[in-house]
Amino acid sequence: MTRFSALSLLRAGLTGQKGWSRHWRDPEPRAQYDVIVIGGGGHGLATAYYLAKVHGVRSVAVLERGWIGGGNTGRNTTIVRSNYRQPQLQRLLEYSLTTWETLSDELNYNVMFSQRGALFLGHSDADMTHLAERGDSLRCAGIDAELLTRDQVARLVPLLDMSPNARFPVYGGLIQKRGGTARHDAVAWGFARAADALGVDIIQNCEVTGFAMTGGKVTGVKTNRGEVGADRVGICVAGSSGLVAGLAGLKLPIESHLLQAFVSEPVKPMLDTVVMSQSIHAYISQSDKGEMVVGGDPDHYPTYSQRGSPHRIEEVAAQAISLIPALSRLRMLRGWAGTTDMSFDGSPIIDTTPVDGLYLNGGWCYGGFKATPGSGRLYAHLLATGESHEIAAPFSLDRFARGATIDEAGAGPLPQAR
Amino acid sequence: MMLIACPHCGPRAHVEFDYGRTLDAILPLDAAPEQAAAVLYARDNPRGVSQELWQHTHGCRAWLVLTRHTVSHEISAVVPWVAATAAPRESGA
Ligand SMILES: Cc1cc2nc3c(=O)[nH]c(=O)nc-3n(C[C@H](O)[C@H](O)[C@H](O)COP(=O)(O)OP(=O)(O)OC[C@H]3O[C@@H](n4cnc5c(N)ncnc54)[C@H](O)[C@@H]3O)c2cc1C
Ligand SMILES: [Zn+2]
Repeated sequence: MTRFSALSLLRAGLTGQKGWSRHWRDPEPRAQYDVIVIGGGGHGLATAYYLAKVHGVRSVAVLERGWIGGGNTGRNTTIVRSNYRQPQLQRLLEYSLTTWETLSDELNYNVMFSQRGALFLGHSDADMTHLAERGDSLRCAGIDAELLTRDQVARLVPLLDMSPNARFPVYGGLIQKRGGTARHDAVAWGFARAADALGVDIIQNCEVTGFAMTGGKVTGVKTNRGEVGADRVGICVAGSSGLVAGLAGLKLPIESHLLQAFVSEPVKPMLDTVVMSQSIHAYISQSDKGEMVVGGDPDHYPTYSQRGSPHRIEEVAAQAISLIPALSRLRMLRGWAGTTDMSFDGSPIIDTTPVDGLYLNGGWCYGGFKATPGSGRLYAHLLATGESHEIAAPFSLDRFARGATIDEAGAGPLPQAR
Repeated sequence: MMLIACPHCGPRAHVEFDYGRTLDAILPLDAAPEQAAAVLYARDNPRGVSQELWQHTHGCRAWLVLTRHTVSHEISAVVPWVAATAAPRESGA
């Protein structure tokens, strides 16, 4: 594998971009591994990387049903931030955000992490009170947050409709300047390349269809490419969490719903901040290619279709245009959906399971991209040591039965409530 | 977009309805704690035909039981919730 450097890029540029080698191998599955990670999304690949890098566990396979990054990793709107309200989520996502800040160097791969700022808009006095309270709580936790006046928001995002008659009048905002976006595919590829270099086998077109069990303990997995043995097996399959756990007889506090996203035709730079409104649930950013990336509410019912309902397209477009009227002139280029693993409190699960040898990382709902590096580090810790890292400990599977849910939205125990 | 045939109002766009929960997730009032936790928080989350409670929120407000496929979204039956639960109650009596 070629190490990327300014020099290697220059040399390749001068020699017609020839001579780049494959970035990761395409191995056949071996008979036995120390750890199998099911799911080659960002979380699964990051887990494998940190297992090898931090814990020295190098006999690791990532088994991916399709191609790596083809799930929600490649479908999300790439917003990265840690400005949550619940202290457990603040710790988790700040741990991840600090990992993002050095990730490109760490992986020797440009994940295009862009700290362009993540701005929440406030549309009423009540919104501003909420944002101020959230900002205070973040600053107490040592996480950056800045309350912005209406004028500051207007200067930062000049294209916002700031008129008093706006459908959603802007009263001010709260910004996390260290927040931003990253290039989703590069995150999958960067972790894959770095994990492969440490000896991890990344095996694509390999679907887990069952578990091999001996005396109640998982000893491996059954796949369309034969049986593969392992001491420990980690589920990391996002929207398929319930299905894969179901193969071991488990029922999870997760329902699979869907979230859509849309991009416009590419245009010249017009928005250099991530603009979000939690009151109306809209989020807008501009990709480095120039496309306007917009999203909104999920579809709110169980589905594995990866095919969203058109009424949501209309709603998302209406919200985005009412915030930034200039968007009305753009044509929508693409829309798509991903199957989201909606947990019953909106927070993820990183834990052992009642089945010996089987571990779970899932329930990230529609907010897990930002957590990719942190989730990988914490899951690797669990798979390597058998113990939850203190940051991951609150995100246990039994928290629901114990009444210790982590409900950021304060919306109660239904997956469609968020 | 799904078209849901409300037994009371006729076929209506699914935006008039809200998904509630799967039919196996109705909590008996006298449930023991473990049973309550299981009913509230453990799901089959099937990829295929599922039975679900939906409410015709922006119509007659009745609760309905949909038999619905979670990939094709095909709805093979819609019955009022009362009718759906009446049968087992009678046979149990
Ligand atoms: C439209 C949309 C927008 C989003 N926007 C944001 C955002 O702005 N910010 C944010 O933080 N989060 C966002 N998210 C959420 C985020 O994308 C996910 O939480 C995150 O990508 C989950 O990561 P993952 O690696 O676990 O999942 P995935 O990338 O989905 O990886 C799981 C993998 O498991 C594989 N798999 C499934 N079953 C099997 C099997 N039986 N055998 C082998 N492999 C299997 C799948 O093929 C898939 O590749 C969004 C999600 C969607 C859908
Ligand atoms: Zn009706």
